[in-house]
Amino acid sequence: MFNLENSLNLPLIWYALIGTAILLYILLDGFDLGVGILFPFAPSDRCRDRMMNSIAPFWDGNETWLVLGGGGLFAAFPLAYAVLMPAFYFPIIFMLLGLIFRGVAFEFRFKSSGLSRRLWDYAFHFGSLVAAWMQGAVLGTFVQGVRVAGRRFAGGAFDWLSPFSVMTGVALVFGYALLGATWVILKTDGDTQKWARQCARYVSIHVALFMVLVSLSTPFLNDSIKALWFTTPTLFYLAPLPLISVGMFVLLWRDLGQQKESRPFFLSIGLFFANYLGLGISLWPWIVPYRFAFWEAAAAPPSQSLLLVGTLFLLPLILAYTGYCFYTFRGKASHEWGY
Amino acid sequence: MYLFDPVFLARIQFAFTLAFHILFPAFTIGIASWLAVVEWRWLKSGNPVYEAVYRMWVKIFAINFGIGVVTGIVLSYQFGTNWSGFADQTGNVLGPLLGFEVLTAFFLEASFLGIMLFGWNRVGKKVHFAATIIVACGTLISAFWILSANSWMQTPQGFIRKADGLFYPENWIQIIFNPSFPYRFVHMVTAAYLTTAFVVGGVGAYYLWRRRHEAPARVMLGMAMIMAILVAPLQLLLGDMHGLNTLKHQPAKVAAMEGLWETQRGAPLKLFGWPDQEKEITRYALEIPKLSSLILTHDPNGEVKGLKDWPPEDRPPVAWVFWSFRIMVGMGLLMIATGVMALILFLKKTLFQSRWFHLWCMALAPSGFAAVLSGWFVTEIGRQPFVVYNVMRTAESVSPVGAAPITVTLAAFILVYTILFGAGTYYILKVIAKGPVMPEEAPFGTHGLKDPLGLEARSEKPGGSHV
Repeated sequence: MFNLENSLNLPLIWYALIGTAILLYILLDGFDLGVGILFPFAPSDRCRDRMMNSIAPFWDGNETWLVLGGGGLFAAFPLAYAVLMPAFYFPIIFMLLGLIFRGVAFEFRFKSSGLSRRLWDYAFHFGSLVAAWMQGAVLGTFVQGVRVAGRRFAGGAFDWLSPFSVMTGVALVFGYALLGATWVILKTDGDTQKWARQCARYVSIHVALFMVLVSLSTPFLNDSIKALWFTTPTLFYLAPLPLISVGMFVLLWRDLGQQKESRPFFLSIGLFFANYLGLGISLWPWIVPYRFAFWEAAAAPPSQSLLLVGTLFLLPLILAYTGYCFYTFRGKASHEWGY
Repeated sequence: MYLFDPVFLARIQFAFTLAFHILFPAFTIGIASWLAVVEWRWLKSGNPVYEAVYRMWVKIFAINFGIGVVTGIVLSYQFGTNWSGFADQTGNVLGPLLGFEVLTAFFLEASFLGIMLFGWNRVGKKVHFAATIIVACGTLISAFWILSANSWMQTPQGFIRKADGLFYPENWIQIIFNPSFPYRFVHMVTAAYLTTAFVVGGVGAYYLWRRRHEAPARVMLGMAMIMAILVAPLQLLLGDMHGLNTLKHQPAKVAAMEGLWETQRGAPLKLFGWPDQEKEITRYALEIPKLSSLILTHDPNGEVKGLKDWPPEDRPPVAWVFWSFRIMVGMGLLMIATGVMALILFLKKTLFQSRWFHLWCMALAPSGFAAVLSGWFVTEIGRQPFVVYNVMRTAESVSPVGAAPITVTLAAFILVYTILFGAGTYYILKVIAKGPVMPEEAPFGTHGLKDPLGLEARSEKPGGSHV
């Protein structure tokens, strides 16, 4: 049987791959969920049309990374998938229901008018908002850890609900809104862009606030995280990460006051990346925090081997044609529906 | 008695979300391939009728695809939320199959759908055609993996189950190409094609009946009837082969399909009846002697196993399987009859004039959906009480989630999916009411539907909108 166990550290590679898939999901669907979060605040219907068009060709591909995150976790770490999904039962299902409303709103909104169009506007907004908040709450619950007995989740249906998870939920809503606002700056001009700049400024203040709050409260959830960030010498190795974040934030703030069109978006991505990396370092090597390390939850080596070979060929291909699609729809979005 | 049983509730929830979801891929698979053919005809002939047909149906495709995507994402997470025992134990085997579905199909479909829908002014005709073909291939690749995974659960092989209860892969070729997979794959893809053909044919017939859009309507009805004439009888043959494969590997399912309790030689075919699970008989049976043996063993006196060969706790819910099977076969026979009628009318050169036949086609427009749903009811209920046939029971698969959360989320799913279904149907009917727009025609009246922003009319600007 085909097996790469002896030549590669399969669980480690898969831990990195799943981490990358989730990061790509957060960045890519982040900006289109963010557009949904900001949607009703836009100054006119024409702005809303442009915002919608700027993400219409991409949202489906972006959301596929969520399926890869879930499917990949099932394939590479079935134990983690089996423990975590019941632990996140309500937030996952309500996230999915939120994604349903926002996903179909793309099609339905442009085929309706008047009151029903307004209704789909709000379906798009609240669907995005609920999905974003639930994802943040899942993240918060993950960082806090879940109760496990044997190979099963052993907690209650509302274990996930805590002040910390409520806070991470709100934090992610603002984070996505920042990605969304800077995306709109990139993809539009005129009134829409001007409004998006104001939006981005307002949102970024909240992002900074929540970054500080989450960063300061996370170490107090777990002693090893606290030790990691507040003792020498690891403190010195890790210090560049928050410093770079602050630097990027200052740059972002300045860019928003000037006429920069693309840099704010990439700086927002940079901020997300730095935070994600910090979180990843804190949670290493857990896949079910504080109970299973990633190698304890790994699928059988032949299973990980098979999918790894496929991934090595397919992932570059996927990135290539995803890039091609972004290239095809480059430039500013129009307010007219395309087909 | 069942109402507070988490296993029962989890099954109802999964059956509901799955049954709802399958309606959309069944249509998407067929319509994607068909659109590729239409676009090919258009590029080849330059006939604007094909363009009008394509541009109308791509809108319906988009609505359908969108609902398929969002309800499909739900399923990829429900394996964990509802069936974590199953996910934990079978993950080694099924995980890679589902992973490959995402990597080889979902990204492909999602990315090129963008170009297919919005790329008219951004890419050339050939690239656009390539995007349509890629999306069509994506839907088939997706069907390949998911049906492989499902078939492995029906006819598992190529694995060992160790003392820890977990499944470990032994031979991937045996797992992927398990005994029921080729049959199920071909049967399902053909079903998807027929489903699409009858929807398209029904819409074409509606236009002819209303005496509107005659040229595009002829394309729709004509192409649909080619499928009904050629593919509907083929499906009967494929279904028969699939049934014989089931007889070999899952004889209890076939016994339930036949409503047969006693193992017997020369078993009769029960046309109708009411299977009584407790009394172990099929009441009020209308039988044709020896036909069941003849169909299943190709020998009028062949032996067919009855349900009493299995202990009661290993039998599927018989009435569900029995009746679902009859609905599926009934729809198939109606489709074949439609093909025969279409052939006769075509030879008499009155296919596009026979108004009664157009009404008939309109009535049969949803027949494919009924057949697909009832077919899945047969195969999924018929393999109960096992989730992995003869190896793992459904009751072992359930998540440690109580009855209350499942009830709440079930209610939420029913509410949301009802809205989704209503809205989806409404907007699809709206596209149908508007109809295809021919380049030489002035943009059509609005047929009572308001479009004050003129967005739809504008997007349909006649001709030449691609580079």
